[in-house]
Amino acid sequence: MTIKNSIEITPDLIEAHGLKPDEYQRILNLIGREPSFTELGIFSAMWNEHCSYKSSKKWLRTLPTTGPQVIQGPGENAGVVDIGDGDCVVFKMESHNHPSYIEPYQGAATGVGGILRDVFTMGARPIAAMNALRFGEPDHAKTRHLVAGVVAGVGGYGNSFGVPTVGGEVEFDARYNGNCLVNAFAAGLARTDAIFYSKAEGVGLPVVYLGAKTGRDGVGGATMASAEFDADIEEKRPTVQVGDPFTEKCLLEACLELMQTGAVIAIQDMGAAGLTCSAVEMGAKGDLGIELDLDKVPVREERMSAYEMMLSESQERMLMVLRPEKEEEAEAIFRKWGLDFAIVGKTTDDLRFRVLHQGEEVADLPIKELGDEAPEYDRPWREPGLYSPLAASQIAEPENYAEALLGLVGSPNHASRRWVWEQYDTLIQGNSLQLPGGDAGVVRVEGHPSKALAFSSDVTPRYCEADAYQGGKQAVAECWRNLTAVGAEPLAATDNLNFGNPERPEIMGQFVKAVEGIGEACRVLGFPIVSGNVSLYNETNGEAILPTPTIAGVGLIPDWQMTARVGGANDGDAVILLGGDGTHLGQSAYLRDILGQADGPPPEVDLAIEKRNGDFVRSAIRNGQVTSCHDISSGGLALALAEMALASGKGMTLSLADAVASGHAPHALLFGEDQARYIVTVSSELANFLCMNAEGAGLPFRRLGHVGGSMLEIDDTIAISLDRLRDAHEGWFPNYMDAPVTSATDAA
Amino acid sequence: MKSAVLLLPGLNRDRDMIAALTKIAGTPPLTVWQTETEIPADTDLIVIPGGFSYGDYLRCGAIAARMPVMQAVRDAAGRGTRVIGVCNGFQILLEAGLLPGALMRNASLKFVCREVKLQVVNAQTAFTRAYAKDQVIRCPVAHHDGNYFAEVDTLKRIEDNRQVVFRYAEGTNPNGSLNDIAGIVNEAGNVLGLMPHPENLIEAAHGGVDGRALFESALDTVAA
Repeated sequence: MTIKNSIEITPDLIEAHGLKPDEYQRILNLIGREPSFTELGIFSAMWNEHCSYKSSKKWLRTLPTTGPQVIQGPGENAGVVDIGDGDCVVFKMESHNHPSYIEPYQGAATGVGGILRDVFTMGARPIAAMNALRFGEPDHAKTRHLVAGVVAGVGGYGNSFGVPTVGGEVEFDARYNGNCLVNAFAAGLARTDAIFYSKAEGVGLPVVYLGAKTGRDGVGGATMASAEFDADIEEKRPTVQVGDPFTEKCLLEACLELMQTGAVIAIQDMGAAGLTCSAVEMGAKGDLGIELDLDKVPVREERMSAYEMMLSESQERMLMVLRPEKEEEAEAIFRKWGLDFAIVGKTTDDLRFRVLHQGEEVADLPIKELGDEAPEYDRPWREPGLYSPLAASQIAEPENYAEALLGLVGSPNHASRRWVWEQYDTLIQGNSLQLPGGDAGVVRVEGHPSKALAFSSDVTPRYCEADAYQGGKQAVAECWRNLTAVGAEPLAATDNLNFGNPERPEIMGQFVKAVEGIGEACRVLGFPIVSGNVSLYNETNGEAILPTPTIAGVGLIPDWQMTARVGGANDGDAVILLGGDGTHLGQSAYLRDILGQADGPPPEVDLAIEKRNGDFVRSAIRNGQVTSCHDISSGGLALALAEMALASGKGMTLSLADAVASGHAPHALLFGEDQARYIVTVSSELANFLCMNAEGAGLPFRRLGHVGGSMLEIDDTIAISLDRLRDAHEGWFPNYMDAPVTSATDAA
Repeated sequence: MKSAVLLLPGLNRDRDMIAALTKIAGTPPLTVWQTETEIPADTDLIVIPGGFSYGDYLRCGAIAARMPVMQAVRDAAGRGTRVIGVCNGFQILLEAGLLPGALMRNASLKFVCREVKLQVVNAQTAFTRAYAKDQVIRCPVAHHDGNYFAEVDTLKRIEDNRQVVFRYAEGTNPNGSLNDIAGIVNEAGNVLGLMPHPENLIEAAHGGVDGRALFESALDTVAA
């Protein structure tokens, strides 16, 4: 089937392209005539929410994006941060939510492929990946199928490409029943003097197409990703791309080889809206026009129309502007790797985006305006309502503390994710120092004797739902804290902002307040946002997901021998709580998972305290004082202690009697989710020294007891064997995924 | 000892292998691209690293086994040159007919990456002399198709000939392999294929050095 260029432009067709009547009027004003069908497609691709950030741009501008360490902030394929010695880390996180819900394996796989391409487009070899995944409630008929498909897709692509997956998140909540979230992160290493950008330079230079051939897959994908789902979701399957990690691996090697020859002037990968977005971006950034001849584009299907070629989201493709004298050398490299290489156009000086197909000019548009004149909205928003304070005394204590802790340890949202990450290659490249399951993934910097990088991805959506501002702050603070807990200096972050329909003022209000919280936390903690992605319209039949602004951060470790991990405690070590006692149970995991309630405000984040406590812990780790370290987050002190005991394979004998005697509620002490807190273990000889230092730094601390034995014992309220803890912790995920399918349609 | 590492599109543990050989031998190995028809005659050890050559299309290792460089490997192996194939390299050696049997999809049908235990069943091969017989070592695995299979006669033959070199130990068989087989040699004993990745456990940063002795044996850097 061929789609002609002469199709009549009707209001229905305009609507089907996701363009509102006023947006169409804007097009008419801009070009002074009715667009051709291909031109309509190009506008739809450039002006949809996914590519233009038209609802979010106003607020994204408020985020801090600079710092002495930042080489490149948002606006390029990925952010670039200096790590010293002429090296830099290049990273970004991006969502592939909509495609993954429609076709989980390919949706997730191409999400990983897309983010890896963003990183190596800039000249960086990918060294680490993470994935933040969110699914509906475990009992929902689609959840198991989505988990299996998404995890296999993430692994299928990343493992074959050859990047270690070192961290991530997996969370379940009924609010994701109709929209799962797949946020893919990748980081790469480059030399600071060899970073490649998308800005074209020079008139009359060849525009070169590289990589895989163009097919009809993914046509209109970005537009699909900018709409809500309804009952017709099955019909959207053809908009999902199909990934080929083998081609991407070859493309990586070919690109890095080509970059070394000095042939590359500008490079842009073809992601959302493929050829359209990449060509316009290269031209517009360089104040140049681009002319494309579609007859030269390598295709894998017959009779493709200009419209289809311009909107195809076929994967593993690149566009470059090359130095003409290096063309032959460049082509030889691509042929060696079995990839397509075709000169498909040239740069011009007229600032037009011109597309030719079979002797016909199918598009002739002003290139700057395509990007710069995209609509931008100041959408109405409403301040979200807040919960009134909820004292611990208003919340019931568990009948049995040990059972409550076991319940949390083995709950869907706190059980071990081993079933997931054992399907990812966590060891490839031989530099992985800390694997998933700890506070942050840690990877050695290849070529440097002692440096390492730490990675963590975090957000607590239930906090954001209850208070988007505090939730936004908390996501940043927790990411910063997790990097700190392995001894890293947090450098910078990328944000992946997942929300519902921004045309609803209450959703827009969540977005605005979350961004405000993120911005404030990033400013105070010196942790700028250097890249990111916004995913809106995560709604099905009018029900939105929980607001989920995922923050993925990168930290630097000067000497990887001076780090801490969750496990590693020795018999006799003192267990010390740093940062104060637990008091806050509002929106806690205890409240939700044990009592089945969602009430109260989330814990408040005091950024000055966060910074003070984190700086103290990092310094103690780097001075070799602690044998293990863990931050306290969802599930509170008790869950953090259980995780440390399991990771060390050692019991603990602890007491909170002093705190209880001074009037603290025991369930708040054990399960409270107050922020800016860590648990460390230190040798008994150093315990006094560390506590004195904490006192000197004005840091509240409490000696809880010591490491040893094979039981986790806390006063006379909790006594659980490690075996029982482990069974609960490790059992849930495999039992859930391997449970017999109850109905044949379950996985349909 | 001179070593060479084969490079084929889609392999992705080539850099790990080159790093390991460089650290252990002190000098980097030669690299040989898939279209080469000769491997220098003074090469003592050829290594085919892991990955997904040709995207595992058709069957794991099937396309790679038919590339020109594999004839050179066959010739060298015939002359007694030592050859190691790890993971996808093992699959390629099977597809090339240099080792007996086949590797099927893991019994779990899932990719698996974790640390397992290996028993050194035969410590008298060129690749295991630096280990003690029945020594149990740690080693990571990372594969989707590592489920070793051979029909009854072949299995009996390789067991009787002591061609089984490594077995998954202490109940850690991650893939359903027959007889817990993790690695085998050919009849002449100069071609080794194994699924686990000893190259990822050779230095302190890896959390252990159990994989080192395999390369030290193969490179004759230890007297055993």
